[in-house]
Amino acid sequence: MTRKIFAVLAVALLAACQTNSRDQVLATEKSQVALRSIQQRAFDTTDKDTTLRTVIATMQDLGFVIDKADSMLGSVSGTKLDGYQLRMTVTVRPRGETQLIVRANAQYNLTAVEDPEPYQQFFAALQRSMFLTAQQVD
Amino acid sequence: MRRDTIARLLGVAILLLGAAGCANRIPEDALQLSPESLQRRQAQSRYFDTRDEVAILSASAAVLQDLGFNLDESETELGLIVASKRRDATEVGQVVGAVVIAALLGTRVVTDDEQKIRVSLVTKPSGAERERITVRITFQRFIWDSDGDLSRVEAIDDPEIYQNFFTKLAKSVFLEANSI
Repeated sequence: MTRKIFAVLAVALLAACQTNSRDQVLATEKSQVALRSIQQRAFDTTDKDTTLRTVIATMQDLGFVIDKADSMLGSVSGTKLDGYQLRMTVTVRPRGETQLIVRANAQYNLTAVEDPEPYQQFFAALQRSMFLTAQQVD
Repeated sequence: MRRDTIARLLGVAILLLGAAGCANRIPEDALQLSPESLQRRQAQSRYFDTRDEVAILSASAAVLQDLGFNLDESETELGLIVASKRRDATEVGQVVGAVVIAALLGTRVVTDDEQKIRVSLVTKPSGAERERITVRITFQRFIWDSDGDLSRVEAIDDPEIYQNFFTKLAKSVFLEANSI
């Protein structure tokens, strides 16, 4: 019985490994809806540049060196090196008349970060610097 | 019995492969504010009593050029300059160690060879009436060994490096650089 479970586990793990590396181009672990709910939050402000500057400051607090930023597009990218390479892009765009949506996505070495916890930590740090609450977007 | 052992070993190998290759997870504290983050922010920041953000940015770019950096990116609207330089990463101690090991054991040891140093400099209006410009700078580096493999990636945290940078920046700005 143990051996059967073991075999199933092993095959399942192998199945998680890829056979065609080109599939990575459009590959994600989670659905678009699930990813967005993990990676984005709404803030009650319309000041895009201040929000972008706060995002930059928060990323610096977390140990990132900023790679590039664009105020027109509302994007910031940075890299954190600490024995690993963590690259993150954060975008800021308007939502209705009164809110901004902040969206983050990160890759850890060669893997997309799709767990909720790292993003919760990022938004916790960001809302502290924003003096505004990060609201879940449905 | 023997086939059983082989099968089990194979199973373990596959499990390890799965754990190592396909389940590469981000460290739990990678995006968590660390207790040292405030201290690090203080070491990496200075403010200047001026409202002229562009002047501070341009003085900063000049200091980075003085230090041999090439500018990769800039965004004046958000107060950002990104620069980098590639330099020699050979360290005498490492090379001596490698030579000794090679002489004693006859094995070749790889040593650090080349490094890419990256820096981002961010300016931000601060103070109660936005009467100051705070500059925060952060360095990091990639190191390649003598085989051309990426051997180390790290943030540069030495306080003296930051202190020296701000001494140079203060001279370039002709204003006192104040600790935050």
